[in-house]
Amino acid sequence: MATESDLSCNGLIRRFGKTAAVDHISLDVPAGTFFSILGPSGCGKTTLLRLLAGFDKPDEGDIFIRGQRMNDVPPNKRPVNMVFQHLALFPTMTVGDNIGYGLKRRKVPAAERRKRIARVLEQVGLPGLEQRNPQELSGGQRQRVALARCLVLEPTLLLLDEPLGALDLKLREQMKVELKHLQKQFGTTFVYITHDQSEAMVMSDQVAVMKNGRFEQVAPPEELYREPATPFVAGFVGDNNRLSGEVVTLADNMADIRLDNGEVVRGRLAANGLSSGDRAELYVRPESLMFTGEALKDGFCAMQAKVLTTLFDGANSRVEAENGGQPVFARLPQDGTAPRLTTGAEIRLAWDPKLARVYGAGQS
Amino acid sequence: MRSLTQQPFRTAVLVLVWGWLLFLVLTPNLLVVGASVMTRDPGSFISLPLTLDAYRQLLNPLYLEVFLHSLYMAAMTTLVCLLIGYPFAWALSKVGKRNQVLLIFLLIVPFWTNSLVRTYALKLILATNGLLNNALMSLGVIDEPMQLLYTEGAVIIGLVYLLLPFMILPLYSVFEDLQEDYLRASHDLGAGRLSTFIHVIVPLTLPGVLAGIMLVLLPAMGLFFVPDILGGSRNLLVGNVIKNQFLDARNWPFGAAASIMLTLAMAFLMFAHRLSKRRIGEDGV
Repeated sequence: MATESDLSCNGLIRRFGKTAAVDHISLDVPAGTFFSILGPSGCGKTTLLRLLAGFDKPDEGDIFIRGQRMNDVPPNKRPVNMVFQHLALFPTMTVGDNIGYGLKRRKVPAAERRKRIARVLEQVGLPGLEQRNPQELSGGQRQRVALARCLVLEPTLLLLDEPLGALDLKLREQMKVELKHLQKQFGTTFVYITHDQSEAMVMSDQVAVMKNGRFEQVAPPEELYREPATPFVAGFVGDNNRLSGEVVTLADNMADIRLDNGEVVRGRLAANGLSSGDRAELYVRPESLMFTGEALKDGFCAMQAKVLTTLFDGANSRVEAENGGQPVFARLPQDGTAPRLTTGAEIRLAWDPKLARVYGAGQS
Repeated sequence: MRSLTQQPFRTAVLVLVWGWLLFLVLTPNLLVVGASVMTRDPGSFISLPLTLDAYRQLLNPLYLEVFLHSLYMAAMTTLVCLLIGYPFAWALSKVGKRNQVLLIFLLIVPFWTNSLVRTYALKLILATNGLLNNALMSLGVIDEPMQLLYTEGAVIIGLVYLLLPFMILPLYSVFEDLQEDYLRASHDLGAGRLSTFIHVIVPLTLPGVLAGIMLVLLPAMGLFFVPDILGGSRNLLVGNVIKNQFLDARNWPFGAAASIMLTLAMAFLMFAHRLSKRRIGEDGV
């Protein structure tokens, strides 16, 4: 196996009864990467994390950490530590004892232990809190103690199981940035699982989108957003409109699609094997849609839509409309360029075909 | 303004609760305290003048010995209950929900039978010609029946039998609350099974252990009918002394003083329990 990777997995399978919760997963995480596994609940990401931590064994496939095969290594012997969803800080111990727990198991002498606990607390921004009880800390402080408890052991790999889920929105936004900084500061490889695409996008170097036990796509956040490999990724990462229709012509990686109301629109081909006459789905993001009159910008295409309702939410304001029975929504810019919209009004929405993607129908 | 209709009900409930506590808890206890400082009287049990004779009598080496022996048997009972109850409660928290309900039900069923009756049943099992001896002899484990009845061991067996559920139930409740993630975290941080048990499981279940000890240790000293039935004349509990003073020796002040000693011991234990609760978890870096 590639030795420069901190983590690599090969055809991992974990079955529960007849269904495979983890189904032929292979991955490769270079040292120092913030790697996220993003997927809806039940996609198998927690099972995968448990395999990596050693709480569960794969039915098939291998796990390598820095080139060492880990399949038969118990969790307490793996160079891997985990931040649990509910943190699992021991309530019967002080912050200092929690952080020192792993060091004590490794028989690090008391003086050295104290020094390292103090240092890691400083690094996570909580200097001098050794004697406090975890229960006395705020949610954000507890997060950092849980991180410190793992990082003090200098693991090759840090696993994080949706640790931000329990925080309120504002704190979560703050911790996202903080986690990213801490990861850079320590240089430890993070494997982070979440169902929240924004967490994955903001923090990660690489994101694996997981569905039904398989990876749909592994790519940097921007690539996931701009070039989703599958309809599932297109729908799951960021907002998207899905318009179904029939392929009219194919040329130069572009496809013309006749929508169900007869209009012909255009998008980039994202799947192979489509030919004219096939059913297809065109995905175009609400932020790519522009309000337009009869005159179109060069190369743009457009469709008619009937306004259902407008939702004002500052910068996130949007209009919900329909095109031949298919729901469509578009961003409503708050810079004065958007038309005044009333329910039932007919509008025209245009987009650059390079920003829309066409998949074969039924691929998701 | 508060709803007026709510007030009469509130008042009624408060009167009921306080009335109950006053007449059925405080008054009898005050009467016992009163009796303990009065003089023994053959005619009307107690009379004036006030005296501390009863307490002085408690210091008699004979009674001190009974008290210590009683404490010893109660402590052994508690230890055995803990040794059986701890793994039992742990296992109970691990079996599936359906089995859990069934097992807890079975644990509670014996309470529906009078404990005196159950103690007599135990006598049938432990007797020289009892079930246990006969079974062991027919299996060839022993040649002659063992003397089980009227021993210290019989008393402890009887006490364990009656009090075990009181140890299991509080332990079960702490094991139910014990999150699997704490054990995983401990394992993940490098601890083996033994280390995890000592440093994580025991501290987290300690409140249940202490509650179990309190529910077993002191009641064990008071269950006078167990030595009466199983223990013979030498294996007395403090409860036997109290009962004898009231019913046989007719020395009410002394019986009252002994029972107050027991109450004080209980209060002391509860105090120690609260104190330890505050200190749990000081592991020292």
